[in-house]
Amino acid sequence: MALESKLKDNSTRMNKLYRFGMGLDMKNNSDGLVSRLFGNLVSSMRKFLFRILSVGPIPNHLAFILDGNRRYAKKWNLQEETGYKCGFWALMPMLKYCYELGVTYVTIYAFSIDNFKRGPKEVQCLMGLMQEKIEGLLEEESIVHQFGVRVHFIGNLKLLPESVKVGAEKVMKATANNNKKVLLICVAYTSTDEIVHAAQESCQRKWDEIREMKPGGGAHSFEISNESQEEEERRFIKLVDLEQCIYMGVAPDPDILFRTAGETRLSNFLLWQTPTCLLYSPGVLFPEIGLRHLVWAVLNFQRAYSYVEKKKKQL
Amino acid sequence: MPSLQLSLSISPLTDPTLSPQPKPQSLLLVPHTPLRPKHLLCCLFATAKNAIIVEDQDAVVNGRVGADTSVPAEEDLLLPAGLQKEFMPKHVAVIMDGNRRWARMRGLPVVLGYEAGIRALRRVMGLCCKWGIIRVLTVFAFSSDNWFRPKVEVDFLMRLFGRGLKDELENFVRKNIRISVIGDSSKLPKPLQELIMAATETTKNNSGLHLIVAVNYSGQRDIVQACQSIALKAKDGLIEPEDINEFLIEQELDTRCAAFPHPDLLIRTSGELRVSNFLLWQLAYTELFFTQSHWPEFGESEFLEALHSFQQRQRRYGGKNT
Repeated sequence: MALESKLKDNSTRMNKLYRFGMGLDMKNNSDGLVSRLFGNLVSSMRKFLFRILSVGPIPNHLAFILDGNRRYAKKWNLQEETGYKCGFWALMPMLKYCYELGVTYVTIYAFSIDNFKRGPKEVQCLMGLMQEKIEGLLEEESIVHQFGVRVHFIGNLKLLPESVKVGAEKVMKATANNNKKVLLICVAYTSTDEIVHAAQESCQRKWDEIREMKPGGGAHSFEISNESQEEEERRFIKLVDLEQCIYMGVAPDPDILFRTAGETRLSNFLLWQTPTCLLYSPGVLFPEIGLRHLVWAVLNFQRAYSYVEKKKKQL
Repeated sequence: MPSLQLSLSISPLTDPTLSPQPKPQSLLLVPHTPLRPKHLLCCLFATAKNAIIVEDQDAVVNGRVGADTSVPAEEDLLLPAGLQKEFMPKHVAVIMDGNRRWARMRGLPVVLGYEAGIRALRRVMGLCCKWGIIRVLTVFAFSSDNWFRPKVEVDFLMRLFGRGLKDELENFVRKNIRISVIGDSSKLPKPLQELIMAATETTKNNSGLHLIVAVNYSGQRDIVQACQSIALKAKDGLIEPEDINEFLIEQELDTRCAAFPHPDLLIRTSGELRVSNFLLWQLAYTELFFTQSHWPEFGESEFLEALHSFQQRQRRYGGKNT
């Protein structure tokens, strides 16, 4: 009973912190007035800091691997589910900071296909949490409406439970016309699965094109060119065909890939999209991530910017 | 008293499960002459706490006394202290960055930086051969976007690769090293292409360290050419598009020549925190290690630092905590 009460207190405390960080619950009473004034002061200081950072180049696309939730739960003697919730509560302010800074695209690695290997109870808990948070995105006060965010769910959605898949499709449809910011949530995703899917899809499209081809020539990829027949056959599918079919084709390549909890590996995330991406792996656990980590990453990005831009143009 | 030839065989008897390795507790004495009671007298004057006298030289095999498995094998003793054999990577990949910066810092021409880089590569290969556990070493020698460097530099690099292959071929054969070159070699100078073919053909049956040199290599191009090869098979009716899977793509990547195609550890020198279009598919679960040292300075201590870091990592592959 004591443990349950402790967990509930932690959960309530975290919830309050999240709502404060998001600028919610500002009531018009004396307590609320102080909180509102303090909140406004913090917000103004943050915007001033972002103005200074904006003197240099700002990344267009940030990607996050949300690592360390279970270790955070273990560190604070919490249940794993609470660790994941704390991760979510840390994510929302981080998204807000990114969009305020001027970042247009943010991608998060919410659930890998490899994560299905975890215990069924843990997977079920994660799916339940995901469904709850997906539904929350459509609430009036959510970040989606605050910043005009278009949401994409990236991955092999057929692998998800029906309720989660339906919720995801509902959010994508509801936000399809938003055009200020973009949030890409990778679920049931691995980069190798994404590439396989792109190869399958592009082959299938080529087959369909050939079947639709009328005698005497029509618009198709096998235009008569100066290339030898062997070269032409070799390029049955081209790079552009793959890029059209890749899940992440809705966004440019990320500029910074954050991985928290100090692990320096990609874990099958955005392999295709990160040939020149800056990799940043602070030791902080994801629920403990803060503004300072974002600022530090952006400063590192600005330091290497001219070199990376030159390389991108060469590619 | 007949003269007694006692040879101290360097086989400290230690508990291999202890880390770091403690000082030897015993010395193994293997007399060259038949065992006599006088040998026991000599042992009384031995400085070691315990002495084990083995009558039969043949009872000592690979530093082990008979079937005593607590004594580590001789090849294990070549592994530096603190490294555990079972947690060593099988495939190490290296982005050899910083040759030019190293040269500029010393006021030397860039070409000397590259030559120093070759020496560093020889050192790392020597260590891999000595330890015997790292089976594949892949090095990023020349990226497809390095063609944009000054022509003089590119020409020098091509000549350096050719000279390196020619000079080292005999060494590869002697040390049982197999060499493969991945990347689009069609754009390389013809003499270099011929040297590459000769070297790969000569060493293809070698079973020691497999050195893979990535020249004019791009991770994205590797994936695209693999998908194109599979698409051709689909076009020819050998497979259906829906049968395309990860295994089929792996069979078409340039690294299919390796027994262990996925690097366990990637080392990048010079402090740059990116993979620069190297082995993108293959790096899915690779542990990345970034060091500030420039490549020409990379030696045993830097390599050990990377390996120690690797051995401390918990590799979960997305699953449960182990």
